[in-house]
Amino acid sequence: MKHFDVVVVGGGHAGAEAAAAAARMGVSVALITLRRDAIGVMSCNPAIGGLGKGHLVREIDAFDGIMGDAADRSGIQFRLLNRRKGPAVQGPRTQADRALYRAAIQRALAGIANLTILQAEVAALIVEQNRACGVTLADGTTVRAGSVILTTGTFLNGVIHIGDKSHAGGRVGDAPSQLLAAQLADLNLQRGRLKTGTPPRLDGRTIRWDVLDSQPGDDDPVMFSFLNKTPFARQIACGITETNERTHDIVRENLGRSAMYGGHISGVGPRYCPSIEDKVVRFADKDHHQIFLEPEGLDDDTIYPNGISTSLPAEVQEDYVRSIFGLENVKITQHGYAIEYDYFDPRGLDVTLQSKSMAGLFMAGQINGTTGYEEAAAQGMVAGLNAASNARDLPPVLFSRAESYIGVMLDDLTSQGVTEPYRMFTSRAEYRLTLRADNADQRLTDKAIALGCVSDHRAAAHLQKMSDLAAAKESLTCVSLTSKALLNAGVMISQDGGRKTGLEALALQECSIDKIVALVPPFAAFAPEIQDQVAKDALYVQYIDRQEKDIQRLKADENMNIPADFDFDALSGLSNELTLKLNRHRPANINQASKIEGITPAALLLIMAGLRRQARHRLGA
Amino acid sequence: MDTIYALASARGRAGVAVIRISGPMAHAALGQLCDPPPLRVAKLRNLLWQGDIVDQALVLTFDSASFTGEPSVELHLHGSNAVVARVLQILSTMDGLRMATAGEFTRRALENGKLDLTQVEGLADLIDADTEAQRKQAVKVLSGAIGQKVESWRQNLLRAAALIEATIDFADEDVPVDVTPEVRSLIDTLLADLHKETANTSAERIRDGFEVAILGAPNAGKSTLLNALAGRDAAIISDIAGTTRDIIEVKMDIAGFAVTLLDTAGLRDTDDVIESMGISRAIRRAASADLRIFLLQSADEVLLTAPMADDLVYLGKSDLHGGQGLSGKTGQGIDQLIEKIGEILQNRTASAGLLIRERQRIAVQTGISALTAARAALPMAAYQPELIAAELRVALNALEALLGRVDVEMLLGEIFSSFCIGK
Repeated sequence: MKHFDVVVVGGGHAGAEAAAAAARMGVSVALITLRRDAIGVMSCNPAIGGLGKGHLVREIDAFDGIMGDAADRSGIQFRLLNRRKGPAVQGPRTQADRALYRAAIQRALAGIANLTILQAEVAALIVEQNRACGVTLADGTTVRAGSVILTTGTFLNGVIHIGDKSHAGGRVGDAPSQLLAAQLADLNLQRGRLKTGTPPRLDGRTIRWDVLDSQPGDDDPVMFSFLNKTPFARQIACGITETNERTHDIVRENLGRSAMYGGHISGVGPRYCPSIEDKVVRFADKDHHQIFLEPEGLDDDTIYPNGISTSLPAEVQEDYVRSIFGLENVKITQHGYAIEYDYFDPRGLDVTLQSKSMAGLFMAGQINGTTGYEEAAAQGMVAGLNAASNARDLPPVLFSRAESYIGVMLDDLTSQGVTEPYRMFTSRAEYRLTLRADNADQRLTDKAIALGCVSDHRAAAHLQKMSDLAAAKESLTCVSLTSKALLNAGVMISQDGGRKTGLEALALQECSIDKIVALVPPFAAFAPEIQDQVAKDALYVQYIDRQEKDIQRLKADENMNIPADFDFDALSGLSNELTLKLNRHRPANINQASKIEGITPAALLLIMAGLRRQARHRLGA
Repeated sequence: MDTIYALASARGRAGVAVIRISGPMAHAALGQLCDPPPLRVAKLRNLLWQGDIVDQALVLTFDSASFTGEPSVELHLHGSNAVVARVLQILSTMDGLRMATAGEFTRRALENGKLDLTQVEGLADLIDADTEAQRKQAVKVLSGAIGQKVESWRQNLLRAAALIEATIDFADEDVPVDVTPEVRSLIDTLLADLHKETANTSAERIRDGFEVAILGAPNAGKSTLLNALAGRDAAIISDIAGTTRDIIEVKMDIAGFAVTLLDTAGLRDTDDVIESMGISRAIRRAASADLRIFLLQSADEVLLTAPMADDLVYLGKSDLHGGQGLSGKTGQGIDQLIEKIGEILQNRTASAGLLIRERQRIAVQTGISALTAARAALPMAAYQPELIAAELRVALNALEALLGRVDVEMLLGEIFSSFCIGK
């Protein structure tokens, strides 16, 4: 028998980040996976980041997580999306070399002393007095733990479909975890079924690259990790082509043979990631759809054709792919497929991703109905931090909607649940101007340092940056500029305006760092990235001030926690209907309760009064 | 912490109406209206705003020993809709103050430990009733004639927000690059509608009164009718055509509405310069009145000015010809006329129901200013769409009470159904 503080089941992006986070908290951790060499595998497209997703990676990095650094080390085409737009909606993204990424993750995990990696199949959870206390392996070994994190991705009852053929599987080439699935089925957790798809992979040596357009990376690549400045790997371009009427005809003629359209699949797929079948049917008026040909690695000829995921039969895939310009002679190395899998309704979890019905059991990643490496990793980190805190009887690690995309995601998942695979978008964050990718460290790293989950190296770099930022801001706020002086420096401003501090001037549309340096010479002494960050922080000041009151109110509501054992039935004055709803949703705090349909201010007052009474009781007891 | 205010007593005409202000700025807010009395001492004060007396009120101030546990003020006003609406409107213009949301005073009291559980439970029904009534009212308004209008606002606002969000979240996808022409036209339509809604004076009329003009040929019996309605001899009556030359106003109460009746010069072609001035003045004034009563001398009479929608047309002096109609002299038809006027005014205020509440007016104003800011930022759509999106979000939140909740899923739904997202 083995014993660990935290056991992580699964070695995908959620599992890797969960194990690393728990280990950073100083507890003993075991990561159990079916295949040690598959840890950190990118099973879908070879890219990290994007809008909203890039924000999540930055937040993971602000907590000293491993995804950002691994992406930097494996990135082969960095692009800052929305580069021309405001910093609040810019998202870092990179194509990643699969092999380099996997190696970076495995190296990061291997370097953690208090983390043990076990290659084994988990057969069962050990449950004692309704608390998860470890797992049993398929070979009969018992692994006991203070908390268990399930990050089993699409492996639960996974079924892969290609046309009318289907077979059980978690990912092409891997067996699904049916033993564990069978036990979890008995746990009385609400579950649903989702599907996702992937395109056929192409042999890059058979693509006519010379006739295709290409998309290069940025000239000045932006990294994910706050600690990295430049890419590690050679940078390359992606190819671009598009579907045509003939492609669409082929797809249309064979719709009935598609797993999704042929009625073989019941799960709900994501609207933002439609298959080529979906595109042809739902946007019939479009005569072409763009395809990005993304290399999967520097030493790998495999190409990921982004935009044509499918579940059509193999021979139809050959046909339609070869109808595309530049792909006339292409060889498919692996056919596209759709995968259906079970997820557990995340409303069964509290905001730390711990099950409401079983203490000590945490879940993270696709098992919670999300999609994407970044969403999975962020949840993994939250579950890892909290499983460690839980195992040690420390207070939970909470994330507010007002403070992070992670907080937005946790709240969305645990209060609203999912109807399609959940993906992050910047529009999900109501405080988008505050929650930027560029200030993730300013928002979160202090909190992470206080938790003790940040390396000395990062902590020192962060404190230095914060002190530089403070000094740079101070150099601007202590200077008062007349509108005449601003005009003379080339900042168009009405002459009747009063004086402005240097920082206020920097926020003006027509201002720039160069102009401010001319007006406030001491500002020149700061490093360009510090100057740049001060400018980004200044840009939204007036909007952020306006939101501040809302944020305070939200935080107060989020901080008013409703214990998992809170008895809604004991509140007199609540209608039966509301009591039922509250019992079903079991909101984790007043903010979540307020979002339940039909909840009145009076009902919230009753809950708050009940919380006060309970707190008094506990104080007295 | 915001300072909040609201009418604490029931709505409608009453002897006394109490407005409560609570929060750190409560005493300072009172200071802008009058000299604040000492704590917990009731004093009579003239509330002054921009040099005008708004009302004479009994004023009380509290420190943390108040209902909410915060510095508070109570204004015991005369219980008139006009006074209450005016004071709420003045408070809404003060920095740092905002209208309380439903149950917010009680919530603060609870948070500050001023109420115990039983008291909260006692209050719950009351607050419940309030918000439930508001919700029902909103639903009723939405399902009625105004429903379609509100639904189109909602569609337009959702569409505008979705277009902007699409350019942000799906920048590397196949979405139109320049959405500004469509967004501009959507916002313009919305702004025009919302402005019209705030310009709809019915809500204001409830406060300031309606004008009802009596029109007709000379000697049609207008002045007799006015006197009959007013119950006194307000206008001089004679058999000489053209006796009334200037406009005579009489204020009265019809079905609970303040109404000013206008008796006007008889309409006819005349060479008399003074009478002619009186007639053109009568036509102008009547046109700007809220409602017109036309008194005819015969059924086929052609009038100098045409009736508008809702206007009432009667055969006058029914005592002479003995048929159906009105007679100021005998009182025939007067009760029915009053009933009819009341009915019309009732309908008008009901269809203006959206903005009857000060809370709703403030919400629409907030929406208008956010939309105006969004429109002003449109030229920057390619560079700072997030600022336009932020303003549209403020507008959506502000109009939530009217439109119902519009959440991110709806925005995403609009985006995914309009554009082929997913490369």
